[in-house]
Amino acid sequence: MAPSPRLSHVSVVVMVVLMVLLVLASASHGAAAGGEASPHGAAGGTNVTHKKAFPVLSLKYDHVKTPFEISLWILLALLMKLGFHVIPRVSQVVPESCLLIVVGLLVGGFIKAIGEKAPALDDTLFFLYLLPPIILDAGYFLPIRPFTENVGTILVFAVVGTLWNAFFMGGAMYAVCRLEGGPLAGVDLLSCLLFGSIVSAVDPVAVLAVFEEIHINELLHILVFGESLLNDAVTVVLYHLFKEFSHVGTVTVVDALLGVVCFFVVSLGGVMVGAIYGILGAFTSRFTSHTRVIEPLFVFLYSYMAYLSAEVFHLSGIMSLIACGVTMRPYVEANVSHKSYTTIKYFLKMWSSVSETLIFIFLGVSTVAGPHAWNWTFVVVTVLLCLVSRVMGVVGLTFIINKFRIVKLTKKDQFIVAYGGLRGAIAYSLGFLLPDHQMKTLFLTAIITVVFFTVFVQGMTIRPLVELLAVKKKKESKRSINEEIHTQFLDHLLTGIEGVCGHYGHHHWKDKLNRFNKEYVKRWLIAGERSTEPQLISFYNKMEMKQAMMMVESGSSAKLPGLISMQNIQPKAESRERTIPKISKGREEEIRKILRANLQKTRQRLRSYSRHDLMVDPFEDMNENLSEMRFRKQRVEMERRMSHYLTVPANRQEASPVRRVRFESDHGLDQDYTSTESSGVRARNVGPTSSSSDAISVLDESPPLRPSRRSGTQATDSGEEETRDQRTQSRRLSDPGPK
Amino acid sequence: MGASRSRTENPEIQDLSDQTGFSSEQIRILHRRFRQLSGDEETISKENLEKIQALDKNPIRNQIIEAFFDKRNQKDGKVGSFEEIGFEQFVKVMSHFRPPNLKMTDEDKEAMRREKLRFLFNMHDTDNDGTITLDEYRKVVEELLSKSGAIGPDVAKAISDAAMLEVASINMPHMEPDDFYEGITFEHFEQILKGLEMESRMNIRFLDVDTSTMHCGKSQ
Repeated sequence: MAPSPRLSHVSVVVMVVLMVLLVLASASHGAAAGGEASPHGAAGGTNVTHKKAFPVLSLKYDHVKTPFEISLWILLALLMKLGFHVIPRVSQVVPESCLLIVVGLLVGGFIKAIGEKAPALDDTLFFLYLLPPIILDAGYFLPIRPFTENVGTILVFAVVGTLWNAFFMGGAMYAVCRLEGGPLAGVDLLSCLLFGSIVSAVDPVAVLAVFEEIHINELLHILVFGESLLNDAVTVVLYHLFKEFSHVGTVTVVDALLGVVCFFVVSLGGVMVGAIYGILGAFTSRFTSHTRVIEPLFVFLYSYMAYLSAEVFHLSGIMSLIACGVTMRPYVEANVSHKSYTTIKYFLKMWSSVSETLIFIFLGVSTVAGPHAWNWTFVVVTVLLCLVSRVMGVVGLTFIINKFRIVKLTKKDQFIVAYGGLRGAIAYSLGFLLPDHQMKTLFLTAIITVVFFTVFVQGMTIRPLVELLAVKKKKESKRSINEEIHTQFLDHLLTGIEGVCGHYGHHHWKDKLNRFNKEYVKRWLIAGERSTEPQLISFYNKMEMKQAMMMVESGSSAKLPGLISMQNIQPKAESRERTIPKISKGREEEIRKILRANLQKTRQRLRSYSRHDLMVDPFEDMNENLSEMRFRKQRVEMERRMSHYLTVPANRQEASPVRRVRFESDHGLDQDYTSTESSGVRARNVGPTSSSSDAISVLDESPPLRPSRRSGTQATDSGEEETRDQRTQSRRLSDPGPK
Repeated sequence: MGASRSRTENPEIQDLSDQTGFSSEQIRILHRRFRQLSGDEETISKENLEKIQALDKNPIRNQIIEAFFDKRNQKDGKVGSFEEIGFEQFVKVMSHFRPPNLKMTDEDKEAMRREKLRFLFNMHDTDNDGTITLDEYRKVVEELLSKSGAIGPDVAKAISDAAMLEVASINMPHMEPDDFYEGITFEHFEQILKGLEMESRMNIRFLDVDTSTMHCGKSQ
C-alpha cells in the first residue's frame, strides 16, 4: 500500500499544476489579446526602423491558442479520471460522474476567482462534438437480443413515460407558480410545459455513467438505457413544439395533431436515415479487403454523417445514430479484419470515455459560470415533482405493460427503473438553448439542481440500494459454445412450438426476419463466402480465434495441467483394431514409430492446451513470408505422402474431420490453419494437412476434401495452388492402392 | 356437440388446469387447436403434426415432433414413445412452455427451470440412457445446421467436439488423460446451461383470447 499514497500525492500535485496552467492559459488569452495591439501600434507609429535584437526566445501564443487550450482541457479531464482510480476508497463509493462534476466546479471556481470568463457548455460543442461519440458507442454495442425482446416495454416507457413526465411536471409547476405568485406569477403554462419537457427526459450519458459501475442484470440495464436512448424523439418534438408555441402564445387542436404527426416523422425518419447510412456503410465495408487500414474510419464517418443528416432535418439524431450502428454492425463485423474490429471498438470506447469526462467537467464549470436565479419554491418543487412523477409513471406503466409481458416486472425491477431515471447534460444544454426569456435563468438553475440531485444523490445511493435489495447482477461469464448452441436450439424450438400452437408470435416473426436477412441481405452486404455462413459457425470461428489469440499472448509454452483433451471424450477405439489391414512387419514398425512420434508431439501440445501449434506468430507479418513457408511445408508433405501412400492400402474407417480456422490478415490473405483428427488424438499443425495424416491413413482416412468449398475461400493465387494440392491429395487418398 | 361438450368437460378442464397450470380459457383454446390438428379426431399422430406448414422450414422439426410423442415428457416415469397422443398428453407437453408468474417463489422457479431443462435433455437424449453422448450431441448440431446450406459433417463434428470438451472441462476439471467422459448427465447439463435462465427464456405466449377465427387459414 506504500506506493499508492505517494502516487496519489503525485497525481494531486500534477492536477494542481494542470489547473494552474489552465487558468494561466485563459488569463494569458486576455493578456495576449492586449499584447497584440501594442506592437502593431508601435510598428505603425515609428517609421524609422531601428534594429531590434534578434529574438532568441519569443512568446507567440495566439497562433496555437485554440488547439492548446482544447488539448489542455482534455488532458486535465483524463488526468482527473486517472487520479480517481489511484485513490481507491473514493472511487468505490462515489461514481466517477460525481467526482468529475466536483472537479469541474473547482476549476470553474478557480477561473471565476481569477476574474476570467469560464467556458460554458456551448450547445454546438455539446450536441455536435461531445454527444455523438457516446451515443455511437452505445448504439454500436447495443445488445440486440435483450433490446428486441423488450422493445415494446422500452418504447412504452420512452414515449408514454416521457410524455407523462413532461405534462405532469409542466402542469404541476404551473399550478405551483399560480399558487405561489410573487416572482413566479409571470410564468405561463406554455413556458412551464416547455420546462417540463426539458426536465422530463432520462439522460443516456448519466445512465451510462452510473449503470456502468453497478453491473445490474441485463434486463434492467437495457430497460433504463433503451428508454434513455429512445426518448430523444419525444424530447425533440416536445421541445420544438413548445418553443414554437411560446412564441405564438396559443395552442390549437390542429397544432396538437401536427405535433403527433411530427413525432412519428421525427422518430421514424431518424431511424430511416440511420438505417440508410448503416446499409451504405455495410456495403462499403464489403469492398475494403484491400485497404484494411481505413476500415474503421468508414464506420465512424458514416455514423457521424447519419447523425448530422438527421440533425439537418430536425429529426432525432440520437435515434438515427443508434439505427446506423445497429444496422451496420453485423455486416461490418463479418467483413472487416480482426484488427479493424479491435480498432473500432477501442476508438469508440476511447472517444466516448473522453466525451463523457468532458461533459461532466463542463457541467461543473458552467454551473459556476452561469447566471443563476435561485427561487427556493421553484427549485425544490421541481426536484420533488421529478421524483414523484417518475415513480408514478413507472408504476402505472408497469401495471399496464405486465399484462402483455411474458416475464413480468417485479416490484424490485420497477424500483430500479424508477430510481435509475437520471437527468443529465442533455437537459442542461436544451435549457441553455432556450431563447432569452425572462424565466430562462430560473429554469436553468432548476435544471442544474435537478441534474445535480439525480447524479449525486441517486447516483451515489443506487449502488448500496442494489446490494440491499439483492437485485440480480449481470452474469460475468462469457458466452460458451454450449450456450450458443442452445440459444439457437431454443429459438427454433420455440418457433416450432408456436407453429404447433397455431399463432404467429414473437418467435415466428423473428424467424422470418432472420430468414429474410440470410437469403437476401447478407448476400449483398457481406463479402465472399462468409455471407452464407450460419451464425453458429461464425460464433465458433470467433471463439477459436479468441482462444488462439489467448495462446499467442500467453506464450505457447504455457503449461496448464490437468486439462481435458479430446482423448477423454472420444470413445475408445477398441473396435478398430479388428479392422486393421494386414501389412508387412517392417511397414508396421515404421508406422508405429511415426505414430509414436506424433502422439508424443501431440500429447505435449495437449498438455499445454495449445489449440494451434503456431510456429509463426500469425499476427505479425501475414504476408508473403508465411505463404512461402507454407509452400515449402506443403511440398515436403506431398513427398512424404507419396512415398507412404504408394505402399499402403486405403481403408476407410472413420472420417477424420478437418477443422479450419480462418485468420484474416491485413493484406487480405486468408490463412487456413487446418487440423486433422486421428484416432482420438488431436494433432494440429500449421498448414493444410498434418504430417500425421499420412501415417494414420492406414487406419483412418481423411475425407475427400470438398475442393469447391475450399476454392471459394482462397482469395489469392496461393490459394489456387493449395486447392490443386488438396485435390491431388484427395484423389490419391481415394485411390485404393495395391491390395 | 360443440356447446354442450364444453359444459360437460368442465371438471376435466379444471383437472387439467390444476395439473398443468393453464387457465381454463387457455385449455379451451388449446383444445380447439388440437381438434384442428387432429381433423376432429380424438388423438393426433405424427402425420398430423408433420402437416403443419409452419414447421416446414424448421431445422429441428423432427425432434420437436418426437418430443410430443415422448413418454418421458408426460412426467409419469415411463419411457418410450407413443404412437398417438390424446389431448391430455398434448397439453402436458405444452405446459413445459408456460412462463413463470409473479407469485412464484425462488424454489418454484428452480423447479420450473429444472422441468424445462429436462424437456430439452429428453430431446437430445434420444436413446433414453440418461446421458447425452458425443454422437447424440453431434446429431443435435448437425440438425441445427441442416437447413443452412451445404455444411460438411466435419464442421458439425468439430463444433460438437468443442462443446463436449467444454462440458467436460466445466464439470470434471481434473480428469486424467486416460479417463473417459461418458456423456453429459442431467446435472452437467443443468450446470452448463445455468447462465441461460431457462425459466425466463423457454416460454411462449399462450393466448387468453381466442384468435383462431382470425387466421386466414394458413395455420394448418
